Amino acid sequence: MQEVIFTIYESLPYILGGCLVTLACVSVALLIGLTLGVPLAVGQVYGAAPLRFFISTYVWFFRGCPLLVQLYIFFYGIFWPLFELSALASSCIVLGLTSAAYQSQIFRGAIEAIPQGQLKAARALGLRDSNGIGFIVLPQAMRLAIPGWSNEFSILLKDSALIYLLGASDTMARIHQMATTTNMHFAFSLLAGVIYFVITLVGLKLLRGLEQKIHIPGYQKA
Amino acid sequence: MHNENQFQATDSPAELAPAEATAAKSLSEEAAASRRDPALAAVNISKSIGSRLILDNVSVSLARGELKVVIGPSGAGKSTFLQCINGLIPPDTGQVFLEGQSLNMRNKHELRLFRQQVGMIFQDFNLFDHLTALDNVAIALRKVRGMSRQDSEARAMSELERVGLANRARLYPAELSGGQTQRVAFARALAMDPKVLLLDEPTSALDPELVGEVLEVIRYLAKGGMTMLMATHQMDFARALAHEILFMEHGRVIESGSPAELLAAGSGTRTLDFCSRLDLEL
Repeated sequence: MQEVIFTIYESLPYILGGCLVTLACVSVALLIGLTLGVPLAVGQVYGAAPLRFFISTYVWFFRGCPLLVQLYIFFYGIFWPLFELSALASSCIVLGLTSAAYQSQIFRGAIEAIPQGQLKAARALGLRDSNGIGFIVLPQAMRLAIPGWSNEFSILLKDSALIYLLGASDTMARIHQMATTTNMHFAFSLLAGVIYFVITLVGLKLLRGLEQKIHIPGYQKA
Repeated sequence: MHNENQFQATDSPAELAPAEATAAKSLSEEAAASRRDPALAAVNISKSIGSRLILDNVSVSLARGELKVVIGPSGAGKSTFLQCINGLIPPDTGQVFLEGQSLNMRNKHELRLFRQQVGMIFQDFNLFDHLTALDNVAIALRKVRGMSRQDSEARAMSELERVGLANRARLYPAELSGGQTQRVAFARALAMDPKVLLLDEPTSALDPELVGEVLEVIRYLAKGGMTMLMATHQMDFARALAHEILFMEHGRVIESGSPAELLAAGSGTRTLDFCSRLDLEL
């Protein structure tokens, strides 16, 4: 028992370094997902038919295909042979593209939950649709989207455990490596579980705090 | 405590008239023409949704300073008609004129310019829920007029004062009563110096005790010479202030005339019949 604890203690700096890799990858992916997801959602709600078709095709592709398969396809088929992108960089992009598909649906739902009168009132004042959407609809929709977005964060974080299969040196890769070299599979799996749990917990608490911070006064409690 | 229900009687009616717009036209001929033309005219507006005909060749013409009231049972097309005028619902056929100028609704730029000059008040207020009362009034001044934050807020504040809500400027719509919310919506519309106001049942979503404060705003605007087209069920109000009543049913204007004509006892009009039943309900 002591030996296990000592081994884990010894390996902690190495594994926590992997946590940073995981966090960096998830952050970049969430950011890609956010910057693509919002316009995708806006396009799907307000866009012309061809645009909506393109977006739903995109969403179907990424939602309909296992993440691991996407990681393999993009890394071995495009990113590595054509651009010599590292496993980590490729993973960030693939996770980001996938997350964009899911996030677009979160934002689409939130946009559709905003009463149509809001955009109508903006139009009636002579605002451009882009301003009406950007300054009236989205600020309200984004607030509504936070709970769903928190969910996406926690799922993406755990999905990111797959990227070690491409050779990225994330939390899971280092856990796996330590577990095999020390033959302490159970202990290191437990450690991995605790690490992912703590990151999820902290992230969700932060998002909950954000949700309360930007809550609109007078509205029913978030 | 504070007399937020009272309006400053000192506000000159001239403030409401968009004098600059006409004065700016140096050609006196043009100015004369625009005085002859009705402030707003909608001609033969028709609209179908699916196979249902919602509006069947509805027309209205408003002289400057006129208040016309559209009444009729729910589902008559009153709201659709008002929203067809400023293109929130695109009409299938028909034409809209602002001071004699025909509006091409397909031209987005033209439509935006039109909407900047024709304000709208909604039944369910439609204040921007995430903005304070002040920002609700100021945002269009910034985004449409390109005013600075400081200028827009100063103007917004004076509009809120006009509807007696300066002391509510920092509150959000969810913190205001229905009547206050609708008065902020008036301030928001008025801040754009509209030539015409379209009012879509402005008091229908209000609790009875809050109707008065909103009607008071409309009365004040009417006295100031604001040109208004208003759908409403407030018959006493229409009787007292409207220059003309349009009675709509099944998407058509079936009667129109002055309140005196349409509501005279024993006139036998559909309008009178409808109103007496409305009074019974109330």
